[in-house]
Amino acid sequence: MTDELSQRSLEHLLRDLTPQVLATVVRRFHDFDAAEDAVQDALSAAAQQWPWKGRPENPRAWLTRVAFRRMVDHIRTESARRRRESEVSAQIAYAQQLAFADSSPEQDDTLILLFMCCHPSLTSASAIAITLRAVGGLTTAEIAHAFLVPEATMAQRISRAKQTIKASEIPFQMPTSDERVQRLRSVLHVLYLIFNEGYTATGGNTLRRDDLSHEAIRIARLLYSLRPAEPEVAGLLALMLLTDARRLARTGPQSELIPLDRQDRSLWDRPQIAEGTKLISTAMRQGSIGPYQLQAAIAALHDEAPRAEQTDWPKILALYGLLKRMSDNPMVNLSHAIASAMVNGPTAGLRLLDEIQGDPRIAHRLDAARAHLLELSGDRLGAITFYRSAASKTDNLPERDYLLLQAARLSDVPTTPDNLRLKTSPHNPHTDA
Amino acid sequence: MKYMMLMSSTKAEFDAYVNWPREDLAESVSFMRSFAKELEDTGALVLTMGLGFPNEAKLVRAGADGDPVTDGVFPESKEFLAGFWIIDVEGPEEAYRIAAKASAGSPSLHKKYGSQPIEIRRLMDSAPQEWQ
Repeated sequence: MTDELSQRSLEHLLRDLTPQVLATVVRRFHDFDAAEDAVQDALSAAAQQWPWKGRPENPRAWLTRVAFRRMVDHIRTESARRRRESEVSAQIAYAQQLAFADSSPEQDDTLILLFMCCHPSLTSASAIAITLRAVGGLTTAEIAHAFLVPEATMAQRISRAKQTIKASEIPFQMPTSDERVQRLRSVLHVLYLIFNEGYTATGGNTLRRDDLSHEAIRIARLLYSLRPAEPEVAGLLALMLLTDARRLARTGPQSELIPLDRQDRSLWDRPQIAEGTKLISTAMRQGSIGPYQLQAAIAALHDEAPRAEQTDWPKILALYGLLKRMSDNPMVNLSHAIASAMVNGPTAGLRLLDEIQGDPRIAHRLDAARAHLLELSGDRLGAITFYRSAASKTDNLPERDYLLLQAARLSDVPTTPDNLRLKTSPHNPHTDA
Repeated sequence: MKYMMLMSSTKAEFDAYVNWPREDLAESVSFMRSFAKELEDTGALVLTMGLGFPNEAKLVRAGADGDPVTDGVFPESKEFLAGFWIIDVEGPEEAYRIAAKASAGSPSLHKKYGSQPIEIRRLMDSAPQEWQ
């Protein structure tokens, strides 16, 4: 038990140190690709040696020293190939000299690293992979496992990401103030994608990807510690905490999906909700509202309702109205339609769904939402059709099972002229909301 | 030894499945989950995946210029892969035993709907052996 605990704390320590060490090495050698490999080597050396030899007094300096040595080896090998001995030996001397100096951590280095890994020139799959490795300190095997691809495939993805970074000649420095807003948006987007990958993927017993959500939260916390005054950074962290707080209630014993209005709210993580709520209230008081803050505020309203029926839908509808004006996100339009149905009745919601019908990015969610609203409006047969249509379009197995079961629940009722159009539906208490 | 177990159904069978009563559908979903869990617990499971429904399936061919030409119309009799398991077991007997479980489903489903054929195939993943 103690061993396991210290093993876990060692892993956490190494992951936390990764971006700091890597940033130092990149700053010294200006070679992100090689520096990243060197740091991975240093991390695995630490994981092997520290449990036996004991933890060094200054772990960061130890890792930096080992990584520097790897870089020196790397430069030697390269130089043998390129025969640029004089230049290289000067570099080596410099590196060795630095390796023993315990330079103080430069806080912004981690942030620069994050900007680099989430550069807009990378595809999102590449940015996610390289961020998890370079900033998150995960091994290629761990990332591969999380995304259910072979390790060799993930290694390729990471190496291509590094080549793109190299080719685009992104300097290792803070983006200019002109670029800052746009670049920060890329970083937040990548972290949001990592979080969602872990949150929405619950594909059966064999595939657990919760770790990705926790990694995203960890990196978002790191970012927040570096930029506490950016309201959207606080907003994203709050959104993650407030959403993740419901994790235990989201799935049943067989990993079946349980929708928000039927979750056992006693399973929600109250301390985490309190933390997220505090974050988002503070951020919103700063007066620079953005999409992540709005989404976090909506999540907080759901989390604060003691029972589903007590959800403050009018406030949620107003927030989605604001959010809709800020972004062209199809999920926002969809949620806005549902919130509208909860406030103004299903017909109002269905009318809004008509406006966004046909958006291929959310085809199955549109059908599922339509099914839900048709059921609320009493159109049982219509609801069955759209639940099944949604089931045939989703690519998540638990979700498909859930949608098929919804359709089956409605079609089990014998069809007679009397119940063809149900006045109220047995499973949704907000019919008349 | 690694084996792939494939479960296929015709379009008509897929449509029938979707229209099963809720109780049976829930039983089937629950069986599939506990079956995967059992394979995982015994260390036999390598990978399992369910596939999307056939109405989303497409047949792709390269046209004269090499560009993709897609077709979504299939003959009624065509069988579609519904899902697969890859298992790592001692030998064929164990693989057949596991496949029979998948074929039957739960006892009540077996009684009501009969058994579902499972195609079982060897995976070509052994290390090459030197001839002596």
